[in-house]
Amino acid sequence: MNNLRGIYTIWYRDIIRFWRDRMRLVGAITLPLLFLFVFGPGLSTRMGLLGPGIDFAKFIFPGIIGMTVLMSSFMAGVSVVWDREYGFLREVLVAPISRVSVVIGKALGAATVALLQGMIIMLFAPLIGISLSVGTMLALLPLMFLLAISMGSLGVLLATYIRSIEAFQAVMQMLMFPMVFLSGVFFPLEGLPSWMDVLVKLNPATYGIAPIRQVVLGVPPEFSVLGHTMTLWENITVVAVVGTVVILMAMWSFGHQE
Amino acid sequence: MTDYIIEVENLVKKFGDLIAVNDISFKVAHGEIFGFLGPNGAGKTTTINILCTLLRPTSGQATINGFDVVHQQSQVRQSIGLVFQDPSLDERLSGLQNMRFHALVYNVPALVREQRIEEMLRMMQLWDKRHHEVRTYSGGMKRRLELARGLLHRPKVLFLDEPTLGLDPQTRNRIWEYILDLRQREGVTIFLTTHYMDEAQKADRLAVIDYGRLIAMDTPEKLKRMVGKDIISVKTADNDNAAEVIRLRYQTEIRRDGNELIFSVTNGEEFLPKFIRAFDIKIQSISLRRPSLDDVFLKLTGREIRQEDVRSTFKAMVRQYGRRQRR
Ligand SMILES: Nc1ncnc2c1ncn2[C@@H]1O[C@H](COP(=O)(O)OP(=O)(O)OP(=O)(O)O)[C@@H](O)[C@H]1O
Ligand SMILES: [Mg+2]
Repeated sequence: MNNLRGIYTIWYRDIIRFWRDRMRLVGAITLPLLFLFVFGPGLSTRMGLLGPGIDFAKFIFPGIIGMTVLMSSFMAGVSVVWDREYGFLREVLVAPISRVSVVIGKALGAATVALLQGMIIMLFAPLIGISLSVGTMLALLPLMFLLAISMGSLGVLLATYIRSIEAFQAVMQMLMFPMVFLSGVFFPLEGLPSWMDVLVKLNPATYGIAPIRQVVLGVPPEFSVLGHTMTLWENITVVAVVGTVVILMAMWSFGHQE
Repeated sequence: MTDYIIEVENLVKKFGDLIAVNDISFKVAHGEIFGFLGPNGAGKTTTINILCTLLRPTSGQATINGFDVVHQQSQVRQSIGLVFQDPSLDERLSGLQNMRFHALVYNVPALVREQRIEEMLRMMQLWDKRHHEVRTYSGGMKRRLELARGLLHRPKVLFLDEPTLGLDPQTRNRIWEYILDLRQREGVTIFLTTHYMDEAQKADRLAVIDYGRLIAMDTPEKLKRMVGKDIISVKTADNDNAAEVIRLRYQTEIRRDGNELIFSVTNGEEFLPKFIRAFDIKIQSISLRRPSLDDVFLKLTGREIRQEDVRSTFKAMVRQYGRRQRR
């Protein structure tokens, strides 16, 4: 009971903050929209089709949904660094709620915010020439949520080690962008240089983006690991397992920090 | 239930080589106002952080309300309220939202929640500003909001780490009235650290702490009696000469503070007329006062605490300024 209350309160605060800061939302979806409406069409004309009826703009659309979810949930998780910097974390840490519920509340808050942003991007589908049925949209929600919870937890985990804003910025550059670029957001995962192939397949984000693309574009599984073609459910399982491990690690390290 | 609400035994906290808290033991009774007095870096905040479960002690034990601060953290946390030395508000939320967050995590019953929040905000004169974002508050208003928040869940022990730093005298007085009243009505125990002597004076008992060690602990009155003598400050036309004369004639230690000579004597009222009559160097001013806690501190540590006061106010300002710069 105590734990539920704690989770709810931590989550609720993140939602209020998000709502108070609506302008940031505009900022957060600017980059994805640029990719969708400038980068995508710009390259589409030169690149031809990447699949039956799938030009480059359509191809990256699900990737951009995934990227939006991934980046915003990660940022929301790492925002714990700001709470530490501004002192609010102490108010949270001396409160009679468990550290575990703080981590869950944070991850849920991050996921909620990320899900909202992903859904906003989703609404642009018709402009790209993709029609999403209600069923497809509903199927996307749990996929986005799973990715968001995992990345949000990763953010919280890192935040327990990051003690300064400078380090925070370094982590963003060194971790988040490589994760996005090496995940199949922007290109098909076949015929990559072998060093890249290895990195792509070690990157958990790859397994989060792939199912979103499969569902949105209705294409068959597009990549294989060690000769085995990954099915939708196998991809989901990878993300779920990684997510679970990360959130457990976040709980542990958050509970043991000073 | 034991007689003491806070029990601390041989508490030690090391940060690497630095011993921030060095073998401290003390007990605080129910409803007591217990003060920690000491210069910057003495280990006051570190001690509070251990007691409120934010830091683990290197060794030693502490219980609050009968609960161990290492092994029964959540019970300890439910028993205490805190006003930290550094700001700990969510500046992006309104005052009211900060209060509601606190009420929720401390499980203040829904029935009394809103009413109590209003009571606290009105007392701290923040009710009109309740819907404004905290980042638009002045430093004093933020401080008051933190106090309102710390009191909201009616804790058994209230930790106040320099609670009135940066507040104007009227606000300080009002807050103290409320704290004393709260103690009267609800028997709250108060653990405070301060640099203000008049505030330390309000404590039932004071612990003087320096370099992580507890060097004295008693009521303010008894501590002052320890210094014992009355204090004479005199300004003369020729301080160097005067100091020599006084030292030889009265066999007493003399200290200089600016252009004043300061020394202590027993029975100052009778000493003063005799002194003035017998002294041949021109006296420009002279005063007599009872020993203050400043003198206690000086005697115990050989340093003045008042200078630290200025420095820590400055430190707090720099800290807040730094924060503002960063956003
Ligand atoms: N997290 C930390 N890591 C390393 N050293 C620390 C840490 N926290 C405090 N210290 C050191 O421990 C000592 C005691 O610090 P503390 O904050 O307890 O002092 P204080 O009595 O509260 O001083 P002030 O009056 O300035 O608030 C200081 O020397 C400080 O530098
Ligand atoms: Mg301190």
